[in-house]
Amino acid sequence: MSEDAQEQTHGEEAVVEHGAEAAHGTDAAAGHAADAAHGAEGGLQIHPMDQFIVQPLFGDGPIAWYSITNVTLWMLLAIVGVFILMVVGSRGRAIVPSRAQSVAELTYGFIRKMVEDVAGKDALAFFPYIMTLFLFIVMANFLGLLPMSFTTTSHIAVTAILAMAVFLTVTVVGFVKNGAGFLGLFWVSSAPMALRPILAIIELISYFVRPVSHSIRLAGNVMAGHAVIKVFAGFAGVLGLGAVAPIVAITAVYGLEVLVAFIQAYVFTILTCVYLRDALHPSH
Amino acid sequence: MEGDLAHIGAGLAAIGSGAAAIGVGHVAGNFLSGALRNPSAAAGQTATLFIGIAFAEALGIFAFLVALLLMFAV
Repeated sequence: MSEDAQEQTHGEEAVVEHGAEAAHGTDAAAGHAADAAHGAEGGLQIHPMDQFIVQPLFGDGPIAWYSITNVTLWMLLAIVGVFILMVVGSRGRAIVPSRAQSVAELTYGFIRKMVEDVAGKDALAFFPYIMTLFLFIVMANFLGLLPMSFTTTSHIAVTAILAMAVFLTVTVVGFVKNGAGFLGLFWVSSAPMALRPILAIIELISYFVRPVSHSIRLAGNVMAGHAVIKVFAGFAGVLGLGAVAPIVAITAVYGLEVLVAFIQAYVFTILTCVYLRDALHPSH
Repeated sequence: MEGDLAHIGAGLAAIGSGAAAIGVGHVAGNFLSGALRNPSAAAGQTATLFIGIAFAEALGIFAFLVALLLMFAV
């Protein structure tokens, strides 16, 4: 399909498309894939992956490391949201809590209990970090559920940084607390002697795959759910006013996504606690 | 032609989502059967349940990722 036809099809989104192509820049493969997907079959006008395009807020030049993009904006909004929730929640300190206060207190108690149960009492030193992780992810996930918003946690670049930070923290903590004894994590002392070297290799591999699966789990779940919503939105766009079934499906998937947004933040946090427990008590 | 093969591959990778569904169902079903036998112990094991589901689900997400890569990056 030619560029003109594409712009007519997309109407108002043409500006966005230009931003997208500029954003892709040298990434010819991605640009080609987007073109091919947009040109195909004419029907699906809402492309499911368009919502994940990173574009600069000001101007449409190539993205440098200092560019202010929509990712920057929505991460900032997530932090502001967490800040407002916790500041408003902890301002009154009433005996009978207000709504904001009870949300803040419930979250605090929930995460604190989780750290204590899963990672042990001595892991409470890391409670502020884990609380920050949880609040940021859950707020980013919920903000991403607003229409026309951008989900920062759907990008592996974002979640990979979070997971790498956890991985490095846990590794450093393990070596600082236990010294060389941390390597006992890889030496399964309950297994027969002949098997231990093989198990050590498997344990080593599984240890280094942790940040990969940790980050891809969050990003993949969030991205898949949002893409599914947009696929159904594409069906609704094709059917026009008679699109009852897609709208019902969107509503149902959206409800599931609200659940997923919370559960994935919870899973990310609880796995952090599990890794922390391994670092603090590495013996098998 | 190359694009067609990539689409077939993406479709095949989607089978992995079904495999993950079997895994997640296995975890949740076994949790439920255990929880119904001993309901008082169930509340303490929900964290383990979610960890198990997360591990099972991650591999399905990997399959989804392969499908995405075949669709958009190959």
